[in-house]
Amino acid sequence: MSLPDKTTTIEAAVARIPDGATIMVGGFGVPGTPFTLIRELVRQGQKGLTLIKNDANESGMGIDLLIANGQVKTLISTHIGLNANAISALNSGRIRVEFCAQGILAERIRAGGAGLSAIVTDIGLGTELAEGKQGIEMNGKRLLVESALRADVALIHADRADPFGNLTYAATARNFNPLMAMAAPMVIAEVETLGPLGSLSPEAVETPGAFVDHVAELVELSEDYGIVRR
Amino acid sequence: MSDANPLDARARMIARAAREITSGMVVNLGIGLPTKVINHLPANLPVCLHTENGMTGIGATLPYERADRNLIDAGGAYVSPIPGSAYFDSAVSFALVRSGRLDLTMLGAFEVAQNGDLANWKIPGKFSPGAGGAIELAQKARRVVVMTTHTDRHGNPKLLQQCTLPLTAQRRVARIFTDLAVIDVTAHGFELCELATGVTVQEVTEATGAPLIVPDTDIPTF
Repeated sequence: MSLPDKTTTIEAAVARIPDGATIMVGGFGVPGTPFTLIRELVRQGQKGLTLIKNDANESGMGIDLLIANGQVKTLISTHIGLNANAISALNSGRIRVEFCAQGILAERIRAGGAGLSAIVTDIGLGTELAEGKQGIEMNGKRLLVESALRADVALIHADRADPFGNLTYAATARNFNPLMAMAAPMVIAEVETLGPLGSLSPEAVETPGAFVDHVAELVELSEDYGIVRR
Repeated sequence: MSDANPLDARARMIARAAREITSGMVVNLGIGLPTKVINHLPANLPVCLHTENGMTGIGATLPYERADRNLIDAGGAYVSPIPGSAYFDSAVSFALVRSGRLDLTMLGAFEVAQNGDLANWKIPGKFSPGAGGAIELAQKARRVVVMTTHTDRHGNPKLLQQCTLPLTAQRRVARIFTDLAVIDVTAHGFELCELATGVTVQEVTEATGAPLIVPDTDIPTF
């Protein structure tokens, strides 16, 4: 028996994304951001996108290119403070931003990936993030119901992969990637190193390939992935 | 204000805040001023620093030439691992926060109220960066302290009777380190604990936007 081969090109993978898609994008700052998939999405020009990403990258990088190109309708995020363009797009109403507490965003995505409908939490009670959310009483305490999140597509950046889509991540480039890689029916992973089946120790695999649909090896790493001198 | 050099005042504030971190703690340092305390921690202090983007065991901040492109803290600074460091995803990172494993978090602030309310994520219509992990850190760390300049850049007090900005968390701040003083949040309001070198009680009182309890005893300086 052998495992299916899911390798493809960046272009072919991104061409599967329709206008109006909801897309999870991995990364926290530079590490783990799938810059090459994002640049291809800018080139192909899909419109009316809803993005779910921890942060808005920095001006001129990552999803800022999608925002600048008018492709983003809504951003669900935790922090956009390092991107002045995103803040002005929010202030001028060019994009809608839904803020979520960071760990709650992670758990909503994990719940979506785990086939659950919602999580229940006390995080955000007494703040404006609780406004408009459904509350429940449990064990005598008031709690908030936070809906699980799934997307149409997840864009993942992994360190190493095999053709079946088993993935590993580097250092702090994990962040939201392993969670998002479970939370969409179409998971596209760009990978720095693609090895043959068996090249990854089964014990080292962090995202099992059964969650992943398309694997595209990066032929080179653009400057996007490098050190940012601020 | 005091005659002291503002740079010295800032360095003293950071050095004093660093002494809040003691042996055995698991600590999260917020973006901005709080992460500066790393450089003031004794090299042999057994302490576990956590960062929201998925690491425990943060070592020294690295210059660009020696940085690893995949290794940053939540503020984007390039950091180094130490023996025993661990990497994990964002769900695990906040499981650690919410389950009470953080002994201390040190956060920045726009405003702190005399009841311990904290506002540090949104100035409506002007600057709405988002709270990142601050809501969970402020709500769930076992002890929450703030490091901030005592007044904003226009000289307005940041320590207030009530916050005017959207809250990050209610009644969670226990202590505030500023360039002028160390102030505890007590059941009766702000209480002066320590004074910065060269700063008078009157200066602190005038720069504070709420009543300040001043103990009768000698007030230590830092």
